[in-house]
Amino acid sequence: MRWLLAKDLLILGRSRLLLAVLIVYPVLIALLLGFALSRGPSRPRVAIVDETTAGETLTLGTRRVPVGAYVRQLLDEVQSQRVSSRAQAIEQVDSGAVLAAVVLPAGLAARLSSNESQAQLEVLYNGNALEQSLARSTIESALAQANLNFSAQIQTAARKVIATLLSGGKLSSFSGEQLPGLESIPTTLGAIASRQPPGATRRQLEQIGAFAGFAAQNLTLASRVLATIGQPIRINSVLLHGRRTPLDDFAVVVAVSLSMMLLCVLLAAGGVALEREEHTLARLLRGRRADRDGGGADAAGAALITREGLLAEKTLLAGASAFVIAFAMLAGIGAFVALDWSRVALWLLALAFGALALSALGVAIGALAREVRAASLLALLTTLPLAFLALVPSASVSGGLDAVITAVSFVFPFKAALEALDTAVNGSSPAIGLSLAHLALLTVAFGALARLGLRTAE
Amino acid sequence: MSTVLGVHALSKRYGGGRAHAARQALDGVSFSLAAGELVALVGPNGAGKTTLLSILAGVQASSAGSVVRASAQATENEPTARGSWAVGWVPQTPALYSKLSAAENLELFARLERLPDPRAAAARMLEQTGLRARAREPVSRLSGGNRQRVNVALGLIADPPVLALDEPSSALDPSQRERLWQFIVARVAAGTTVLFSTHNVSEAQRYATRVLVLSGGLLLFDGTPAALLASSAEGELRGQEARGDLERALVSFLATRAAAGGAP
Repeated sequence: MRWLLAKDLLILGRSRLLLAVLIVYPVLIALLLGFALSRGPSRPRVAIVDETTAGETLTLGTRRVPVGAYVRQLLDEVQSQRVSSRAQAIEQVDSGAVLAAVVLPAGLAARLSSNESQAQLEVLYNGNALEQSLARSTIESALAQANLNFSAQIQTAARKVIATLLSGGKLSSFSGEQLPGLESIPTTLGAIASRQPPGATRRQLEQIGAFAGFAAQNLTLASRVLATIGQPIRINSVLLHGRRTPLDDFAVVVAVSLSMMLLCVLLAAGGVALEREEHTLARLLRGRRADRDGGGADAAGAALITREGLLAEKTLLAGASAFVIAFAMLAGIGAFVALDWSRVALWLLALAFGALALSALGVAIGALAREVRAASLLALLTTLPLAFLALVPSASVSGGLDAVITAVSFVFPFKAALEALDTAVNGSSPAIGLSLAHLALLTVAFGALARLGLRTAE
Repeated sequence: MSTVLGVHALSKRYGGGRAHAARQALDGVSFSLAAGELVALVGPNGAGKTTLLSILAGVQASSAGSVVRASAQATENEPTARGSWAVGWVPQTPALYSKLSAAENLELFARLERLPDPRAAAARMLEQTGLRARAREPVSRLSGGNRQRVNVALGLIADPPVLALDEPSSALDPSQRERLWQFIVARVAAGTTVLFSTHNVSEAQRYATRVLVLSGGLLLFDGTPAALLASSAEGELRGQEARGDLERALVSFLATRAAAGGAP
C-alpha cells in the first residue's frame, strides 16, 4: 500500500493546479472568514434624513422627552450616514452606498403627543429580492430596538409623573409649590370631614376622599401596566446541554467542515476514479504472478493490492490531506476568532473521524462512477445539497420534511462531522463520543459500499 | 514443446439479472499453450477474445472451467479466482499513470510485484523496449506507439512465462507496429509464450505459429495458419501467399461454420 500511497502523492505533487487549489483554497477561505467575522461591520450602513426640528420634544404631563434621543437611539443601532434630503437618500440607496435610508419626518413630536395619529418613519430600500429581504429585516430590527429604547424613556417620564400624582411634590423644577399626592388625600379629607357636622357637606367630603383612595390604588397599578406594555414578556433562556455557542464560532466550524468535506470527497472520489480512467485498476487488482518455481500449482496468486487495501489507501490519502488542511484552516481562523486551544486534542479527534467518514463517502462515489469528471460532478451534486440540508434547523420545517431531512443527514457524514467538530471546538454538546461513533459507523458503511462498487476491476 | 498453460472448459456468462439478458461470452473453451509459442486469437467482434485474455490475466473470474499451469491437475468445472500467476497482461488501452514517467511506472509495478531489484527490472525493460532515452518523460507526452511499448513492458516486468496481449497493434502506425512486433518476436525467441488477439489477420499470418479462432464464445479452430487455410471452403486459396488470403479463409471458415450451426 505504501508504494501506491507514494505514487498518489507524486501524482498529486505534479498536478500543480490541484495542489495550488488545495493550498490556496483553505488559506483564502480562512482569511476571508476570519476578516468577515472579526472586522466586518456588524451594523448595517443606513442613510438618515433628519427633518425634525432641533430641540423638538415630546411632552408628557410636566415631563419632556427630546425627540433627538430617539434619533440618537436609531443612530446607535445602525452605521449611520447623515444626508440632508430625501432625494439625496434615494440617490445613496440607488447607488448601493447604503443598504437603506430612514426619513425622520418633521413634526414627529407632535404626532407622538397626538392621540389621533401614530408617528411614522419612512424607510427607503432597493435591490433584488435577497437585498430587499435583508434591508427590511435589518432596518426593522434596528427600528424595533430604537423604539424599545425610546419607549423605555417615555415610560420613565410617565412613571415620574404618576409618582408625583400619587405621592405629591413639585409639578416642575421651576415651580415652587408643593402639591399633595393622591395617596394622602383620603386621610386629609377624612380628618376634615370628621370635623364637619353630619350632613350633605360631610358626605360629599367622604365621597371625594373615597374616590381619591380609589384613584391612588389604580394609579399604583398604572406604573406596572406601563412596564408590561413596554415589554410584555421578558425572555429567560436556558441552554439544556453544553455551553452557548457564539454564531461566529459556529460559522468557523461550518466553514471548516464544508472545506473538509469538499477536499475529502473530491480527492477520494477522484483518486479511485482515476485508477479506472487510466485503466490501471485492472492491472492493480488482477492476480499476482505466483512462485515461478512452484511446479503445477493452480492459478491463485494474490492481486498486487487487494480491493480493500486500495480503498483504504485512497481513504487515508484524502482523509490525511483534508485533516491537515482543515486543521490549518482552524488555526488560521483562530488568529481572528478566539478559539479555545485547550480543546485542541478534541479538535484533532473530531477532524480525524470526520475526514475518514467523508473520505469513505468519496471512495464510494469514485468506485461507483467510472471516470474522474463523472465522479467529481457526482461528488459535488451529492454533497453540497446534503450539507445545506444538514444546516436546516430541525423543527423549522414541517414534520414530515423534517423527518426526511433528519434521516438523510443521518445517513451522510457531513452533519455528524459538523456536530463532532462543533462539540470539539465550541463544547456545544457535553459528549463527543456519540458523534465519533456515528462517524465510525458511516466510515464502515461507505467503505462497504465502495467495495461493492469496486467488485469489477474494468 | 512443453506445455506452460492449460485452459480447460473455460466458460463465462455475463448478466442474467432483471435488467440484462444473460450472455454467454465463453462456452467451454479448452486449449493449451506451449513454451515459446506465438499464438494469434482471432474472431469477429464479440467473439470473446478480450474476455478470454482477461480471465487468463486474472482481471476477471470465469464462470466455470480452469486455467492451470504446466502439468497441474485442475479440478473440473471449478471456477478460477485468478489465472494470472504466470500470465503477463497487456490490455488494449495502455494501463499507465500518465503523470508518471515510463521509468516511474515500471518501477512502481516492479515494487508492487515485489521484485527483488525494482530499479534494475525497470532499467532492463526500458533497455529492451528502446525507451531508455525517454525514460524520464511523463507518459502523457509520449506518442501512442511509445505508450504501447511501456504498456507491453509493464506486462513483462515480472518476466512471466506467458504474455497475453489484447490487440497490441490496433492503435499504431505501420512503423510503430513493425518495431513492436520485432520486440515481441525477440521475447518469443527468448522463450516467452505469447497469446495475442487481433483483427489484423495478416499479422496473425505473418507472425503466429498457431491460430485460435473464437466465435460466439466457442473455440472453432485451433491449428496453424496453414491448417486454417486448408480447412477453408475456398480451397482455391490454398497455397497462395497473398497477405489477404488468411483473412478470406477466415471469413469463409466462419461463414461455413455459421451455416453448419457451429457458432451462434
